[in-house]
Amino acid sequence: MEQVLELRHIYYSYHTPEGETPALADISFSLSKGEFIAIVGPSGCGKSTLLSVICGLLSPEKGLIRINGKYMRESTTNIGYMLQHDELFEWRTIFNNVILGLEVQHMLTAKTKEKAGELLDLYGLGNFKNSRPSELSGGMRQRAALIRTLVLDPDLLLLDEPFSALDYQTRLQVGDDIGQIIRKEGNSAILVTHDLSEAISLADRVIVLSGRPSTIQQTIPLIFDLDRDTPLARRNAPEFKTYFNLIWEELNANV
Amino acid sequence: MYEISRTHADYLRTIRRHKHIVHISRILILLSFLFIWEFTANVGIIDSFIFSSPSKIVQCFAGMAADQSIFLHIGVTIYETLLSFLLVIAISILMAVLLWFSPKLSEIADPYLVVLNSLPKSALAPLLIVWLGANKTTIIVAGMSVAIFGSILNLYTSFHTVDAGKLMLVYTLGGSRFHALYKVVLPCSLPAIISNMKVNIGLCLVGVIIGEFLAAKEGLGYLIIYASQVFKMDWLLMSILLLCILATILYSLINLLERRCRRRY
Repeated sequence: MEQVLELRHIYYSYHTPEGETPALADISFSLSKGEFIAIVGPSGCGKSTLLSVICGLLSPEKGLIRINGKYMRESTTNIGYMLQHDELFEWRTIFNNVILGLEVQHMLTAKTKEKAGELLDLYGLGNFKNSRPSELSGGMRQRAALIRTLVLDPDLLLLDEPFSALDYQTRLQVGDDIGQIIRKEGNSAILVTHDLSEAISLADRVIVLSGRPSTIQQTIPLIFDLDRDTPLARRNAPEFKTYFNLIWEELNANV
Repeated sequence: MYEISRTHADYLRTIRRHKHIVHISRILILLSFLFIWEFTANVGIIDSFIFSSPSKIVQCFAGMAADQSIFLHIGVTIYETLLSFLLVIAISILMAVLLWFSPKLSEIADPYLVVLNSLPKSALAPLLIVWLGANKTTIIVAGMSVAIFGSILNLYTSFHTVDAGKLMLVYTLGGSRFHALYKVVLPCSLPAIISNMKVNIGLCLVGVIIGEFLAAKEGLGYLIIYASQVFKMDWLLMSILLLCILATILYSLINLLERRCRRRY
């Protein structure tokens, strides 16, 4: 199967005058097209660092990253990054927030604008194009943030605990929503989270990281036998609990 | 519309009464001050040669308005203040942007800015006269010198405290530092820029008056110094009153601008 992303022996450390803190050690994995990976691990273990390295905000000290078969530097692949907070700008309307990435990448044309409008309509924000972010609920804001990422047509989506700022009920709904949107658009995605049930309900495969410095402790493929494989349906499936316990034990194995 | 309950009506009435009392008290204080001033000057309790009186000030203003000389003085002061204000805003935004772009530069410049900011700027005025001559340039530079350093420091601080997540977003969308500046930092700092303007318009007026004290042939500052030297207290007090009015008008103009910006937000 076609590989969107390949990481080989990635190392990364943070440097401060007080010393060096290794964050990632020997991380290797790959992601196929259309696959959804969740990465879980103890807090502060370097999960977000890993995403920053993948999208090129940080350069690894050692190791190789290949995206769509090309090395990081030559790659022109679009990577979409969804942050913990929606970071919608209050001085822009929802529509203008959604086209921010297009503006920044000089891709703002009649066609891309139309696409942005269509995505907003498709995912239930059509009536809020001209609203300010503060007029939207937390879930709607997070959806707008996702559309802002999707409108750039990313080959790879990175999700950095995108639901953790939401209250529990909204979180389940938005997780379901966004999970289905990503499946429907056929995106390859990496989700970083500390919420095990979120990871299990969304992903095809869960990677368990160890504490600092992070190494890959275990990779667990998730297989659900469901007619409609949605995040909420998974939460009710009998396999859910088994996977939960499996990952839970993995996480606590070397604490 | 639904019926307003009796308690809510009472509440609204209390608020309205409170506002009335504040308004009326303000006007009463002004009127009684003017009345007592006029009355005591007229019956000779205070010396109207030294303290002047409202009626004398009005007469004085009418006289100077008739030969139009007062408008020249007011106009010159407004012109100098606005020009130094606009220059301060433009230069300090530019400098703050530069400092934001280069953390190294900002660290190097920091002690100099701090020292220049805490220096009493009136001490610079005599120096400026020698360097630039006794003319409008000196006055405008004096006006700028009072405001500019604090303004740069303020703006730089507000540029720097922009939410890191918003900057991160621009970078994850593939934006450069330049994008971060004009998509996030500047719009985010608009409220800070405007509140900075509010402070600066007053400071520029202070600087301009200091400059006019020393190096002017026209303007309200000149009028104040001249009047004190020839002991024309009517002129002096009139100029101070005009300055009060001028400062209020300039400040409310910026307030108006702020409200307009906020509506756009």
